[in-house]
Amino acid sequence: MAHTNDLAHGHDDHAHHGPDKGIMRWIKTTNHKDLGTLYLFFAFTMFFIGGLMSLVIRAELFHPGMQFVQPEFFNQMTTMHALVMIFGGVMPAFVGLANWMVPMMIGCSDLALPRVNNWGFWILPFGFTMMLSTLFMEGGGPAGGWTMYPPLMLQTGNAFPFLIFSVHLLGISSITGAINVVVTILNMRTPGMTLLKMPLFVWTWLITAYLLIAVMPVLAGAVTMLLTDKYFGTSFFTAAGGGDPVLFQHVFWFFGHPEVYILILPAFGIVSTIIPTFARKSLFGYDSMVYATAAIGFLSFIVWAHHMFTVGMPLAGELFFMFATMLIAVPTGVKVFNWVATMWRGSMSFETPMLFAVGFVFLFTIGGFSGLMLAMTPVDFQYHDTYFVVAHFHYVLVPGAVFSIIAAVYYWIPKWTGRMYNEFWGKTHFWLSAIFINLTFFPQHFLGLAGMQRRVPDYALQFTDFNEISTIGAFGFFVTQFIFIFNILGCCYGWFGRKRDLPDRVWEGARGLEWTVPSPAPYHTFEDPPALPVSEVTGVHDAEAAH
Amino acid sequence: MSADLRRRHWLRLLFVTLGMFGFGFATVPLYNKLCYAIGLNGKVANEAAAIKTASVDASRTVTVEFLTTVNGGRPWKFRADQATVQVHPGQMTTVSFYMKNTQDHAIVAQAVPNVAPSDAAQYLKKTECFCFNRQPFAAGEERHMPVVFMLDPELPKDIDRITLAYTFFDVTDVAQKN
Repeated sequence: MAHTNDLAHGHDDHAHHGPDKGIMRWIKTTNHKDLGTLYLFFAFTMFFIGGLMSLVIRAELFHPGMQFVQPEFFNQMTTMHALVMIFGGVMPAFVGLANWMVPMMIGCSDLALPRVNNWGFWILPFGFTMMLSTLFMEGGGPAGGWTMYPPLMLQTGNAFPFLIFSVHLLGISSITGAINVVVTILNMRTPGMTLLKMPLFVWTWLITAYLLIAVMPVLAGAVTMLLTDKYFGTSFFTAAGGGDPVLFQHVFWFFGHPEVYILILPAFGIVSTIIPTFARKSLFGYDSMVYATAAIGFLSFIVWAHHMFTVGMPLAGELFFMFATMLIAVPTGVKVFNWVATMWRGSMSFETPMLFAVGFVFLFTIGGFSGLMLAMTPVDFQYHDTYFVVAHFHYVLVPGAVFSIIAAVYYWIPKWTGRMYNEFWGKTHFWLSAIFINLTFFPQHFLGLAGMQRRVPDYALQFTDFNEISTIGAFGFFVTQFIFIFNILGCCYGWFGRKRDLPDRVWEGARGLEWTVPSPAPYHTFEDPPALPVSEVTGVHDAEAAH
Repeated sequence: MSADLRRRHWLRLLFVTLGMFGFGFATVPLYNKLCYAIGLNGKVANEAAAIKTASVDASRTVTVEFLTTVNGGRPWKFRADQATVQVHPGQMTTVSFYMKNTQDHAIVAQAVPNVAPSDAAQYLKKTECFCFNRQPFAAGEERHMPVVFMLDPELPKDIDRITLAYTFFDVTDVAQKN
C-alpha cells in the first residue's frame, strides 16, 4: 500500500505541469477526462455524418418519385444512418459522459483500467473508417438494413466483410468500456458511498454496462455466423443447408432489445441528475428509481421477439412477448412519475439543461406510448415496418437519448471548461430543436398508420404533405444544431470573450462530489478519496427526505 | 480497492463476455431442438419418420395443400402434380411432385419443407421425400418425385387445413466442393 502511495504522489507532482502538449497528448492519454472529451468529440462528429445521411433520406422523401438518389443508395443511407447514429453517436456519447463523470461522481482518480480505456476509444475511429469506407466501394455500402437480416444481407457485395469486422471492433470497444465502468464503480467508490448512495447516473451506467457485457458478444457471435455463412459454406442461417433465417432475427433481437435500453438507461440517469438540481429538491423516490432501472434491465432480456411478431410465432409466444413488453411500461412509468413528482412544488428554474430534461420527459413519454401501441400483437401486424415504427423509435432516441446527451453537455460543460455557455442561445437551441423534432417525427405517426412503409425511397401520392412537413423539420433540426456546436466550442476555446469565472458549484441546486472540485475540473481530481459529506449525497431515501 | 481485486473482477467479466459469445453460437442447436420439439416456425424433420401403425380416423378429413417455390430466381419448373389432397389422419398417402431443370447444365438442388400452421408441423410424418437428399438433375432432366406421408391422429382437432411448402435451393456449388 505504501508503494502505491508513493506512486500516487509522484504522479501528483507531475500533475501540476498538466497534460502533455500536442497531438500525442490525445493519442497516448489514459486520463479519463481527456478520453471523455475524445469520446464526445467523436460522437458529435458521427452525429454530424449520420445527420447528413438522414438529410439525404429526407430530401429524397420530400416528394414522391425518385428525386436525387438511386434506390440502392437510399437503402445504403438508411442502413448506414442507423449504424452510425447508434454505434457511433449515442453509445460513444454516453461512454464519454461516463468517462468524464463517473470517477468525479464516486470520488476516484480515474477509471480502473486507464490503458484499456485509451484502447477502447482508439478502436472506434478505425472501426468507423472501415464501415464508412464501404460507401466508396464498388457496389456501395451495406443496404440490407442495420438489423442485417439474412438472406438479404448475404447479398451485400464487397462491403460485407468490412461491415462485419467493423461491428466486431465496435463491440470490442463497447465491451472494454463496459468492463471498465463496472470494475470502477464496484471497487473504487470513496469510503462511505454505499451502493444506494451512488448518484443515479452512476447506477444507470452500472446496469447499462452489465447489459453491454451480456449482449454485445451475442451480436458478435451472430455477425460471425453471417460471415461464415457467406464465405465458408456454413448454414447457420441458410435454409438450403438446414439453417433458419428466422433464427438470426431471434439472436439479433436478443442483442437488439437490451441494446435499446443501453441507449436509454444512461439518459434516465442524466435526467434524474438534472431535474433535482433545477427543481431544488432531492430526487423523488430514489430507491424506486434504482429498482425500476434494474427491472427494465432484467425485462429487456425477455421481450426480444416483439420486434418480429409477424414472422409466424405460436400464439403462446405472441401472448408472452406482448405481455412481457407491456410489463416494461410499469418501471418506466415509475420513472416518469418520479420525475414529475420531483418537479412538483419545486422551486423550478428553466436553464437550458432543465429545458432539455423536461423536454425529454415529455417527448420520451410520447415515444413510450407509441411503443405500447406497437407492443400489442394484433395491431403490430398493421404497424410493422411502417413509418409508425420509425416515428416511435426516433421519439425515444432523438428527443429521448439525444436530448439527454445535449442536456448533459449543457449541464456539465461549465464544470469541464470553467466557462458558462450562452443562456440565450442555449434556450433558442432548445426551442428550435423541440419544434423541429416534432415537425420531423410527429407526422410520421400518421404516415405509418396510413400505411407508408419504411426503407422505401418512393411512396404513394397521398403521403406527400406529411412527408414535406417531415423533411422541413429534419433540415431545420440539423441547422439548429450549429447553435449548439458554436455555443459549446465557445466554452471549450473561450470564444466570444467567455471568461473562466465560475464557482465550484456552478448550479446552486446541484449536489454531488463533482461540484466540490474547482471549475474547470483540474486534470487530476480525487487522487486521494474525498470525504463524503451528507450534503453531497444525491441518493436521498424517502424516509430521510421526509425530515 | 486493491489492484489484485480489480484484476480478478475484470477477468471475471471477461469470462462472462466470452461465455456470451459462445452463447450466440449455442442458440443454433438450442433453437433447432426447440423447433423440432414444439414445431416452432413450421420446421419439420428432414429425414424419414419412424411411423407406428396407427388406426385411421375416418371421422375427420383434413385438406393438405401443396406449395412449391424455386429460390433465387432459378428458371426451373417445380410444381405439385396435385394442388390438394383430402386425407384422414392415420392414413398413408402418396403424392407426387414434378421438377424440370430447364438450364443447359447439370445442377444439384435441395428442397426444404415447411408446414403451416406451425402447430401442425410435428404431426406431419413423412416416410419418403425428395427433400431427404440432395437431388441432382442433368441439363434438361425432368422427373416426378413421390412423397409418402401420414398425419398423426393426434393432430389438434381445430386443424382441418394444412399447407406443405417446398422450396428448392440451388446447392450445386456446395455439392461440387464436397
